[in-house]
Amino acid sequence: MKETEELKVANILEVEDLGVTFGTDTGDVPAVREVSLHVRPGETLALVGESGSGKSTVALAAMGLLPSNARASGRVSVDGTQVVGAGEAELARLRGRTASMVFQEPATALDPLTRVGAQIAEVVRNHRSVSRAEAAREAVELLRRVGIPEPERRASAFPFQLSGGQRQRVVIAMAIANSPGLLIADEPTTALDVTVQAEILDLLRALAADSGTGVLLVTHNMGVVADFADRVAVMLNGEVVESGSVEQVLLHPEHEYTQRLLEAVPRLEVEAPVVESVPREVAGEPVVEKAEPATPEGEAVVELRGVSVRFGRGPGAVQALQEVSLTVRPGETVGLVGESGSGKSTAARVALGLVAPAGGTVSLFGRELGRTRGRARRALLSGVGVVLQDPVASLDARMSVGECVAEPLRMHRRGLSAAERRARVAEVLERVRLPRELAGRGPRELSGGQRQRVSLARALVLEPRLLVADEPTSALDVSVQRTVLEVIAELQGELGFACLFVSHDLAVVQQFAQRVVVMRAGQVEEQGPTMTTLLRPETEYTRRLIAAVPVPDPVMQRRRREALRTGVTA
Amino acid sequence: MTAVLQTTPTAEPVANYRLSLRRFTRNKLAVAGLAVVVLFLLFCFVGPLLYSTDQTHTDLTQVNLGPGGSHWLGTDAVGHDELGRLMYGGKVSMLVGLAAGVLATVIGTLWGATAGYAGGWLDAVMMRIVDAGIAIPALFILLVVSAITTPDTLGLIIVLGLVSWLVPSRLVRAETLTLKSRDYVLTLRATGGTHGRAIRRHILPNSVSTIVVAATFQVADAILLVAYVSYLGLGVQPPKTDWGGMLSAGLTAAYSGRWWLIVPPGLAIILVVCAFNAIGDGLRDAFDVRGRG
Repeated sequence: MKETEELKVANILEVEDLGVTFGTDTGDVPAVREVSLHVRPGETLALVGESGSGKSTVALAAMGLLPSNARASGRVSVDGTQVVGAGEAELARLRGRTASMVFQEPATALDPLTRVGAQIAEVVRNHRSVSRAEAAREAVELLRRVGIPEPERRASAFPFQLSGGQRQRVVIAMAIANSPGLLIADEPTTALDVTVQAEILDLLRALAADSGTGVLLVTHNMGVVADFADRVAVMLNGEVVESGSVEQVLLHPEHEYTQRLLEAVPRLEVEAPVVESVPREVAGEPVVEKAEPATPEGEAVVELRGVSVRFGRGPGAVQALQEVSLTVRPGETVGLVGESGSGKSTAARVALGLVAPAGGTVSLFGRELGRTRGRARRALLSGVGVVLQDPVASLDARMSVGECVAEPLRMHRRGLSAAERRARVAEVLERVRLPRELAGRGPRELSGGQRQRVSLARALVLEPRLLVADEPTSALDVSVQRTVLEVIAELQGELGFACLFVSHDLAVVQQFAQRVVVMRAGQVEEQGPTMTTLLRPETEYTRRLIAAVPVPDPVMQRRRREALRTGVTA
Repeated sequence: MTAVLQTTPTAEPVANYRLSLRRFTRNKLAVAGLAVVVLFLLFCFVGPLLYSTDQTHTDLTQVNLGPGGSHWLGTDAVGHDELGRLMYGGKVSMLVGLAAGVLATVIGTLWGATAGYAGGWLDAVMMRIVDAGIAIPALFILLVVSAITTPDTLGLIIVLGLVSWLVPSRLVRAETLTLKSRDYVLTLRATGGTHGRAIRRHILPNSVSTIVVAATFQVADAILLVAYVSYLGLGVQPPKTDWGGMLSAGLTAAYSGRWWLIVPPGLAIILVVCAFNAIGDGLRDAFDVRGRG
């Protein structure tokens, strides 16, 4: 590698020629091949790549945590100790002491039946012979360090009493309990909302800087990389294809794959593009309006008026939506954004008639959905196409792709012959850029992106007037996401359907929607044309939401971060 | 969210049923169980054609003979050939077991699927009925009913089916609950699909594996229950018999050393019940479903 002359400090993590192969039901699968990398004390190496690139496997191998069907070769040394082939006793001494790990899902990383203070104290006592009382005191101190308010009181809380972000802080407290030299964080913020993600990243950054801990950050999010990493290694199909400093890799990628990957990342425009070099005072002034498409006229395709939804009964009831009103007009795309629990999916489900509102009315194509029953309701709903988030659960694995796509035809076009149905299915499959031969395959044989396109084909086979897409790409890799979004946009141009697009990803919505509705805690926080709302938000909440999204440009991200810290939000 | 597809590397896609078959055959016990069941079915239903005996008339010149000669497994106290009787009784045991197991599974499936899909108060009422039913031991109900009615083969099947559908109904309800909130069912409902379509096209086909596994265990249970009831003299009445009845008839003889009246039917019950349980285990592996606890 190029940085040989910098190798003065002993590397805390050194991986050389690591190879990992999984033995499965259907034969051996090589997951990682000839991976070499290192992490120095105090620096953060981001390991990035798409699904199946082997980045998580490398992280697990570094901790000696590979599943039993994996075989590893090569050399992994953590602070001088060889991990590949090491015995369980040796690994146990290493884990939690020299190296520790933060996983993606804070909900499952903690024992639900043990108080968080006790869980942290246990990690302390596993490696150091301190008294119970001393360990408990340390636990409280650690909770304070990771920014949990009232740590004395919170130490006796159970995990379910904490929010997702607080739980992840507890996980981090456990990870740093014995001041490890190496922290391995596998998608530490992927399960969290952006505002929480920003806080957790700040915390990790501060901890690494204070204690000189080396961090191996595994992530697919280029924004997080730009925000946090010093160096980057890009993985593709189990191999490292490019590595270097974060500025070099993210701004001047050399490998063709890295270039493609970065190009596919949806970028949130956070500053009006023309004023790049203009001083901040001027940037705050009204900028020349980007040509907004004229607000589409005509009767609303779907309209929610003062909709309220409650789940459950009695004191345990949850007010999921409160007085929500929104409209989608013919041909336009409305982005519905918000953090988890904001009610955006519930609002989409109300629009689809899957959730009956407790108050307010829903009209679909000018008819009131709540008052339409039986055949008339089914006919009304035949004008709607639906794409949901989970590519696996969206298709019945027992049916072929062709049958999945043909299902709406069987429901609403009973007159079609089998041959006509086949022809229509083949046609719509090609529309979503899938080969028509795929009709005979099973969903299990397809990739996530292909499955979502099959879902899209099913949604469009009846040429609907409205497409409701609930996080259609959030389970996909960026390059795949890009194809799916392109297909949707292209078909929208051709077929002219309106689209209610639910997403937590502001950058995607910014590219995709003409209007945006921001939701918060079951209410509409603000709405308006996308460029206006996302560039010059009216409410503090939206401003914070936008400021928290990391952009995949390390220089710009550093500037935004400092701006955020000093309270001047972009 | 993105990690859903991340950590499980997969090799070449293999047709689903072949993977299931491979998982099943890897469970050696299940394969052995299947062999045992097939052999016993042949024994009971094809055996009498090759080894013909008179199981309706008593022959007092041939009582209590030991194994050997023209009676391979000897004779019982009224002169029936024991090997022939094992086939004859096995017919009843296997038939009642299979039919009752299937009947229980069918009732349980309908009940559980209805409760799970309907949800709300109907689900609550239907499942409380199941809870109440489970609280009363099936054997107790069975004994009371048998004592009152002295059932024939068909009656026994119906009674057994009616007391043992509760467990499969719980399993199917749980399966239906998860299936009805799958994205493809939601999509179907949101685009104007009927409930009937959701159930016929998605929910039932996807619960088949759960149902088949449950049925296998039900058959094993039913065979055991028939044996209980007949052992207590409340099952099919002489001259008809089943394995449980044979055990009961042979019990007095066991003290006089006539082991051939006890060991063969006892072994047959144990082998077949274990075999069905092993098959159930194998199917559970093959389909990768949750079975009974």
